[in-house]
Amino acid sequence: MGQVENAIEIVDLKKSFTEGDYVLNGINLEIPKGKITVIIGFSGTGKSVLLKHILGLLKPTSGQIKILGKDIAKMSETETVKMRKHFGVLFQYAALFDDRTILDNVRFPLDEHRKDLSKKQITDIAFEKLKQSGLDEKHYNKLPGEVSGGMRKRCGLARALALDPDILIYDEPTTGLDPILTEMVDNLILSTHNHKDDTASLVVSHDLHAAFRIGDYVAMLDSGKVLLYGTPKDFMESDNPLVSRFVSKGVRKK
Amino acid sequence: MRENVRQRVNDFFDLVLGTIWQTIENFIFEVGSVFTFGAYSFKSFFRKPYRFKEFIQQMEFIGNKSIFIVVLTGTFTGMALSFQVYLGFRLVNATSLTGPIVAMGIARELGPVLTGLIVAARAGGAMAANIGSMRVTEQIDALQVMGVDPQEYLVAPRLWASVVSLPLLTGVFDFVAMIGSYFLCIKVLEMDEAIFWDKTALWLNPSHINEGLIKGAVFGAVFSMICTYRGYNTKGGARGVGDATNRGVVLSMVMIIILDFFLMNLIEIYYKLTA
Repeated sequence: MGQVENAIEIVDLKKSFTEGDYVLNGINLEIPKGKITVIIGFSGTGKSVLLKHILGLLKPTSGQIKILGKDIAKMSETETVKMRKHFGVLFQYAALFDDRTILDNVRFPLDEHRKDLSKKQITDIAFEKLKQSGLDEKHYNKLPGEVSGGMRKRCGLARALALDPDILIYDEPTTGLDPILTEMVDNLILSTHNHKDDTASLVVSHDLHAAFRIGDYVAMLDSGKVLLYGTPKDFMESDNPLVSRFVSKGVRKK
Repeated sequence: MRENVRQRVNDFFDLVLGTIWQTIENFIFEVGSVFTFGAYSFKSFFRKPYRFKEFIQQMEFIGNKSIFIVVLTGTFTGMALSFQVYLGFRLVNATSLTGPIVAMGIARELGPVLTGLIVAARAGGAMAANIGSMRVTEQIDALQVMGVDPQEYLVAPRLWASVVSLPLLTGVFDFVAMIGSYFLCIKVLEMDEAIFWDKTALWLNPSHINEGLIKGAVFGAVFSMICTYRGYNTKGGARGVGDATNRGVVLSMVMIIILDFFLMNLIEIYYKLTA
């Protein structure tokens, strides 16, 4: 781990919404480039709050969140907006703009940030990303409401990939999906990751089976702290009772 | 026994006064939040990238699509008001003043207020619901993480489109209301056409029309700030969107009516000072 360059480095991160009550209570975590890191944990352990800090949507009470070497907590709003261009985010329910077609959704970040490209070039890139995400061309001019959940996820991923981000974040990508779609999304994450070697992928999930299948590293949160960080093998061999309980539940569920 | 009663009365007054104070405090906080939110959004419109396309789309939605309902209500309001004024003036044999009184009432009060209420209900409700549903489906978060300021992209075009559209719609309302009044007075009540227009032209000043247009712009700013603020701060799911829409529209309507009174006085003072 020491040799790998980190895309995200979190140092003693604490967050409290009400005085004395810490949702995040001293998180230390490194997300390396070129690897898939999965953050898991029971509900209410601070996964979403941690994600919002990484995206700069929340400011920490104390601690550091270094994104590509720069502390996002100390950045001005303009700097944070600039920094976010390094992120591609696939939201839990894809969060597509429902008044824009599938193609326009993918074009959107390019229209906003790539003023140097012509409309034709932007459309070509959008086509390429949609194809990379495995979405059939006949759906490109449909509205998000007219396609299935799986297709929306693919479109959401294509949009996340549009600006060739350095860090790809998947927020609960398989929540609410059936086992076949879950496997499809897992494969999509793997194939997307294999497509660009130096991208850091961060998956926030409570699906242990998926975490072990796709993750190079897994971090388990509990009570606002990282309970265990390591490879899936480290988790299987852990004698921590809480980790064992989580692992056994995950295996039984599978 | 007496001490006990006194204590309970004190507790009761504490509770009542506490509740009243809390309500006032909440209201002041809410007004402050709406203004801060609105001021930032208004200002962000002049930052690059300029959102002209979104502004035109909103003008089309707020302005163009409200014309039919404004024309309909304006025409019937003009006719109804003319009939009431005519009935009143007939008692004192002054029916020739119907035209100018209706024109002044429409231009200074009913035009901007009714247009404001109609557009707040139609477009304001849609704004709150649209932005609110974007909030609960994480579309606003998506904008933020894509490096787009949601207030600049979603709110600013709606605010400016409302400020520009409302005076224009007020002008349309005034015009069709006078046509309605003309139709009723001349074609139905058979009043003298020359006297109708003559008296109206004599009594109605451009300043009366300006007063209505200024009010229209202010009402546009107020309802759009309230409704976008409510939508932007929606919490929860579909129920939250419904609540945001409901509270946005109701508060907008109440504020339009309250503000109308204060604006009327402010404009009157301004005219007196500059006369």
